Amino acid sequence: MTRAARQIAALALLTALMAGLQALAPAAASATPTPRASLTDIESDVMCTSCREPLEVAQSPQADSERAYIRMLIAQGETKQQIINNLVAQYGPSVLGKPPAHGFNLTVYILPPAILILGVAILFVTLPRWRRRTRAAVAQPPPDLKPLDPGEARRLDDDLARFGG
Amino acid sequence: MRRFAIPAIALAVAVGLLALLGFGVAHLGTDSSIDAMVARGDYPVAPNAQMQLPILGSSGRESLADLRGKVVVINVFASWCGPCVAEAPILEQEQRQLVKNNATILGVAYLDNSSDSEQFVRQHGITYPVVRDVSGNFVKGFGTSGVPETYVINRQGRIVALQREQLAGGWLQQTVSRFLTQPA
Repeated sequence: MTRAARQIAALALLTALMAGLQALAPAAASATPTPRASLTDIESDVMCTSCREPLEVAQSPQADSERAYIRMLIAQGETKQQIINNLVAQYGPSVLGKPPAHGFNLTVYILPPAILILGVAILFVTLPRWRRRTRAAVAQPPPDLKPLDPGEARRLDDDLARFGG
Repeated sequence: MRRFAIPAIALAVAVGLLALLGFGVAHLGTDSSIDAMVARGDYPVAPNAQMQLPILGSSGRESLADLRGKVVVINVFASWCGPCVAEAPILEQEQRQLVKNNATILGVAYLDNSSDSEQFVRQHGITYPVVRDVSGNFVKGFGTSGVPETYVINRQGRIVALQREQLAGGWLQQTVSRFLTQPA
């Protein structure tokens, strides 16, 4: 197997590993029973739509109104997902802490992993090249290095002997 | 040539990210172009007139176009907003005069949940139609940045006056009366 083929195989393995981990996460989550919704849990995932702040830190009349509405839905026994769906129906998609994955919002989901993959790919390509260059530089003497003539060699030995004690 | 490939890619990515940032920031600001046009007397056509909005407490829908030929006062409000509560009696009092003159107030509940909006309407005895703008797309066309905001639309469907704060004094009555006598 050539070096390039090994690099591509390693990159493919890494990508497959990341995809596998992502696929496992929801499966693990669905295996556990749905927890009861709590205000603090939901607050961290939604926004105060008028103040454009996460609801968990927002202090405004609209934030208080939104919290009261969430408390009412919790009291009605709705799950977290049902409550979030209900909030979107009432306040629109801007209530979501993470924007829905369509249109321009897709950049939020695509860009970070794309940059990560691009960075890893650049490292895969450049690191071996840098290492090869460094090894070559250490192994080969500079081309213009001439051997010492006997006089210079003698003087160098004398100096080394003097400084070496 | 190849030694410049990686810095060029990195630069292109950085420029792309900066362009995205610029695009996002440019779309965050509030639109005050309507205010400037109205101030100049160059009345703009009311935006999103065909947009059908759900009527509060009903399964029906209504658009601004359905009210064409009437003078329409659009009042954007939310039940949690103190100034909206304060101006509710002014609006309801004005509505009683408007209905006699082929005109109406159209309440637009924004950033509010339907049950709170319905309670608001009941508490303040509001008789004018109220629609809900859940997505915010309708009021976005008017450059709405908060609540309350009020727009006066003439019989030709043009914005002739607006107030981006709580209604006070006789502003509404004085403003609307100028346009009631105009023909459709």
